[in-house]
Amino acid sequence: MSKRIDVSDLNVYYGDFLAVEGVNMTIEARSVTALIGPSGCGKSTFLRTLNRMHEVIPGAYVKGKAVMDGKDLYAPHVDPVEVRRQIGMVFQRPNPFPTMSIADNVLAGVKLNNRRISRSDAADMVERSLTGANLWNEVKDRLDKPGSSLSGGQQQRLCIARAIAVQPEVLLMDEPCSALDPISTLAIEDLIHELKNDYTIVIVTHNMQQAARVSDRTGFFNIEGTGKPGHLIEMDDTTTMFSSPSQKATEDYISGRFG
Amino acid sequence: MATTTPPQDQSRRGTGERAPGRLGNVIFKGISTTSGVMILVTLAAVAIFLLYRAWPALVANAEEFADVSFIEGNLWEWVAPLLFGTVLAAVIALVVAMPLSIGIALFISHYAPRRLAQLLGYIIDLLAAIPSVIFGLWGFQWLRPLVEPLFAWLSSNLGFIPLFADYTSPARNITTGGLVLAIMIVPIITATIREVFLQTPRLHEEASLALGSTRWEMIRQAVLPFGRSGIISAAMLGLGRALGETMAILIVLSPGYAINFFLLQAGQHNTIAANIALHFPESSGIAVDALIASGLILFAVTFGVNMLARWIINRRAEFSGAN
Ligand SMILES: Nc1ncnc2c1ncn2[C@@H]1O[C@H](COP(=O)(O)OP(=O)(O)O)[C@@H](O)[C@H]1O
Ligand SMILES: [Mg+2]
Repeated sequence: MSKRIDVSDLNVYYGDFLAVEGVNMTIEARSVTALIGPSGCGKSTFLRTLNRMHEVIPGAYVKGKAVMDGKDLYAPHVDPVEVRRQIGMVFQRPNPFPTMSIADNVLAGVKLNNRRISRSDAADMVERSLTGANLWNEVKDRLDKPGSSLSGGQQQRLCIARAIAVQPEVLLMDEPCSALDPISTLAIEDLIHELKNDYTIVIVTHNMQQAARVSDRTGFFNIEGTGKPGHLIEMDDTTTMFSSPSQKATEDYISGRFG
Repeated sequence: MATTTPPQDQSRRGTGERAPGRLGNVIFKGISTTSGVMILVTLAAVAIFLLYRAWPALVANAEEFADVSFIEGNLWEWVAPLLFGTVLAAVIALVVAMPLSIGIALFISHYAPRRLAQLLGYIIDLLAAIPSVIFGLWGFQWLRPLVEPLFAWLSSNLGFIPLFADYTSPARNITTGGLVLAIMIVPIITATIREVFLQTPRLHEEASLALGSTRWEMIRQAVLPFGRSGIISAAMLGLGRALGETMAILIVLSPGYAINFFLLQAGQHNTIAANIALHFPESSGIAVDALIASGLILFAVTFGVNMLARWIINRRAEFSGAN
């Protein structure tokens, strides 16, 4: 249930604006890959190309390849909807559907993929997904309450439950903890540790301690100045990146000596 | 840098430039309070006027209406079919207008390329400004001949269903009236719903798309639920207009005083508003009171409809996403 992704020569555009240039990257299966870098360098933009969410923005497009399991996600016949079903995403701000109950939120993706599910299957799936997201014990008595009645950290775990309910191959997370308090952040980090047994995880984070704590490999993005495209400067095992990076820019950024 | 500028600005305004800001505040507060009170006073005045003028008719018995040519029986026997016709026409209008409006609004907000969406939005706003008498004439001259063959076909093929029984030409029936009303209220409903759809949080649309929804699934999952209360409000807005519409019905409909569902027969129904316009010029005394009483009843119905809508919206406020 997890796959690796090979990205080669990826250029990402917003209309005429080249936001990210020439990315080559391998994302290993069943591991956590962290993407770090100063804000505006294109981490989110790059992440969103991996499940073809980038192109939902008018005028946005991608050149290059992202190959998962031998298949190019950007090949002409590939349906982006299909790609998104296999590669789930968790956003920076928790975004459960406010009009749905907690249980319906978990099932939102499942109901798209395979319309009819029996009541007991649905209940099983809700329990399994919420348990997988370390949220079951906190919400099992109020599954019919609106998702927006939860705290921020719980909402974010609900979003993770919703994403894993469809059993994707890969899970993308864009600064999933940046809107959360430290305790909720820890809860999510613990969860990421558990999830990597089953999923390939790519996480964008602002927080370098977090990258060091949760990830196996780390990629550092940088940008020369505003209006210039972001580049992947360096990518390596997380321990190597944080102890002896090969690039000066990486070292400056990690040690806080950045601009 | 940018973050330090505003506080300085504020402190300056707090000392030297205080007076002008104060004065502006006072003036604005005065204006807004006055207009708020004015609205309430006007509303109360209308209600009191209606009640006062309607009172003689409300308490009168059938004999007192004996001289009034257009009233048979007592007030309620006379108003009931008019109320029925009013609601029937408005419901037909709403049943036709809502799906159409939601469709157009969705097309503008989520399907059309930006240029086309802007153009369409502009056209819709223009349509909303057309006076109802124009719609009435247009309905009578253009729409009626157009739907006549359709009605004839419906009646001869599905005539065994009472709704469609015994179509009589010309089609000056409640369905044509309802259709004209529908087209009249589509612009205002569409414009309202479009605004609501455009406000769907990007966050929720992306949540849905990222789960692998198609555009239509995304609309059903994120856009429509989010817009639900707005859709209901828009429907009420349209219903309010349809209930009170006078000219279009007056021109299109051949009036009658029956309570039935023969949608394709002329001379069966009439609406309160059109009936007032029809009889007011030649009325005096108790007849005028009776017409005003029917107006009061229309007022009450419109009010009730709005309360109902409010109740529907509030019932699921917990799930509205407002919190
Ligand atoms: N919707 C958009 N339209 C146009 N440009 C965008 C859009 N989103 C982001 N950008 C631009 O792309 C660049 C990278 O942004 P982003 O990926 O959000 O950076 P990061 O996530 O690393 O902070 C920035 O220059 C930003 O201004
Ligand atoms: Mg970002």
